[in-house]
Amino acid sequence: MTDISQPGPPSRVAAIARRIATEGATLVVTLLGLLLMTFLIGRVVPIDPVLSIVGERATAEQYDAVRLALGLDEPLWKQFAIYVGDALQGDLGQSIRTREPVLEEIARYFPATLELATLATLFGVLVGVPAGVLAATRPGTLADQVVRVVGLMGYSMPVFWLGLIGLLVFYGMLGWVGGPGRLDSAYQMLFEFEVTQYTGMILIDTALNGRWDMFANAFSHIVLPAGLLGYVSMAYISRMTRSFMMNELGQEYITTARVKGMPEWRVVWVHAMRNVLVPLITVIALSYAYLLEGSVLTETIFAWPGLGSYITNALFAADMPAVLGGTVVVGAVFVALNMLSDILYRVVDPRAR
Amino acid sequence: MAGLRVWLMDPNPTSRRQARLGQFWLGWLRLRRNPLAVSGLVIVGLLLVVAAFAPVIAPHDPLAQDLSRRLLPPGTPGNLLGTDDFGRDILSRIITGSRITLYIVGLVAVTAPFLGLLIGTVSGYFGGWTDAVLMRITDIFLAFPRLILALALVAVLGPGIENAVLAIALTAWPPYARVARAETLTVRNSDYIAAVRLQGAGVPRIILGHVVPTCLPSVIIRVTLDMAGVILIAAGLGFLGLGVQPPLPEWGLMISSGRKYLFEQWWVSTMPGLAIFIVSLGFNLLGDGLRDVLDPKSAPK
Repeated sequence: MTDISQPGPPSRVAAIARRIATEGATLVVTLLGLLLMTFLIGRVVPIDPVLSIVGERATAEQYDAVRLALGLDEPLWKQFAIYVGDALQGDLGQSIRTREPVLEEIARYFPATLELATLATLFGVLVGVPAGVLAATRPGTLADQVVRVVGLMGYSMPVFWLGLIGLLVFYGMLGWVGGPGRLDSAYQMLFEFEVTQYTGMILIDTALNGRWDMFANAFSHIVLPAGLLGYVSMAYISRMTRSFMMNELGQEYITTARVKGMPEWRVVWVHAMRNVLVPLITVIALSYAYLLEGSVLTETIFAWPGLGSYITNALFAADMPAVLGGTVVVGAVFVALNMLSDILYRVVDPRAR
Repeated sequence: MAGLRVWLMDPNPTSRRQARLGQFWLGWLRLRRNPLAVSGLVIVGLLLVVAAFAPVIAPHDPLAQDLSRRLLPPGTPGNLLGTDDFGRDILSRIITGSRITLYIVGLVAVTAPFLGLLIGTVSGYFGGWTDAVLMRITDIFLAFPRLILALALVAVLGPGIENAVLAIALTAWPPYARVARAETLTVRNSDYIAAVRLQGAGVPRIILGHVVPTCLPSVIIRVTLDMAGVILIAAGLGFLGLGVQPPLPEWGLMISSGRKYLFEQWWVSTMPGLAIFIVSLGFNLLGDGLRDVLDPKSAPK
């Protein structure tokens, strides 16, 4: 809502400042809600947090001491305030299995998930966008139908089943790719000791260390899970690209460009694409965020030591601080990505400024 | 029959019911032209029939174990899709499992939209603070990754079919609330709502009797489109062992029990996965077609 009567920098700066303030408030409220939800889940859960620390054979005094140390005698609102304060300082509690701070553990597991999701999104964009454009420029043709059906199949596929079938065919039968895990077991030890870990992402670390043999091995392991997750995100991206592009191609400025005699590829890829890009950014950010969480099942299948595996394993060990900590981190990443796509949207679309 | 068609196609309907049925008829004619949507309809119809007559259709008892006939490959006489590690007939288990899938889908399809409609219409009708608070809550639920929230909820509630349904429903309502709110905002200040209000109708009566029916069509489309997602999440929970418990023949659970035999006896995992895939594809195709029919904006010209 730009005020037309008073153009010029001052009103615009004020408008931007106001928007940042509202967005900031929204962000804070959303994150607080997130924490409130995990806090409540942690309180309702039928696992006694004290008992899981002190064990079954603790005396009543030991039990009470831990209960006091955890602040469980305080009123509920105060407990929540402590929880929020701790979370703001990066303290999401201690894992019950390992006695390590949850956030440190998550920091160790997160790069594997990030690597997988990034590669998958890359695949989804590189295949999905051209496929969507192809379908939009030839509506009703065979190509359009194929893109549509392949996309719907991606929507309908249980991703854990697809992972199993992928393993069966490409690993078990054809032997084209590495099996579960991030590296062959022979390389696993070498990676721990001989490679300086800058990022925790194997492909990047091995490349930086110049260990191309290990890079190749890591690539053969990641290509299948990333390809399968990428297929799912491609399904979404191609479908959205198609519908945005169809909408754009019906506009008058496209007709004008065509009448001027502009080559068709330029009309589609330069003129229409610039406007398609605006909503597409949101779609890509959403599918990226979805992959960060949707990899829970894929990571289980591929024994991928990422956030999803961390959360599910913690769940089976009744390690609630780890489960809830992981949930908070995933939720926060989700919120951050949404916000980022909002900002990018404004940068790309002049009307939204 | 011909008379009925003429009655349905009458451009000047004499009653509200005739107009509405006529609209349905036109929608059906449009849907029928779309082969993908029709195949979706056929798949969903087949699922209903198979689930309804499961005990009659299933060639064997889905729970009967026979260790002398374990892990037989597909095509074995008497076991068309083979047997699993307890010698149970996979086809019979898939057929019986369709009831579980339908049960979960049905329960979620009733509870989640109910919650979403309630929150969305109240939020849209009252506006102001109520709206701000309710929509903030909706946003928070939307910001939560669905599968992980469902996992955390099942951890609290304990595994089992009802708890899985509850967890899925609690994660599925926010989109319906959004849709319902948007629809409510468009009718809130319309004349017919004002007329009802002037006649002295209370708020519950206005919302339940006049606002909710307006929102229903768009919510129903969303529900159909979401059903495939619900099936996939339910199967995922079952696969992780957090949903339906053994020995019930839930499809996700069946996939997970076949994981150990993946490389030698591939069919144990593959067959139930195919069933999940086909059924959710059916819901997706149908939802897609329904949207084309009911939403004039996306209909082909």
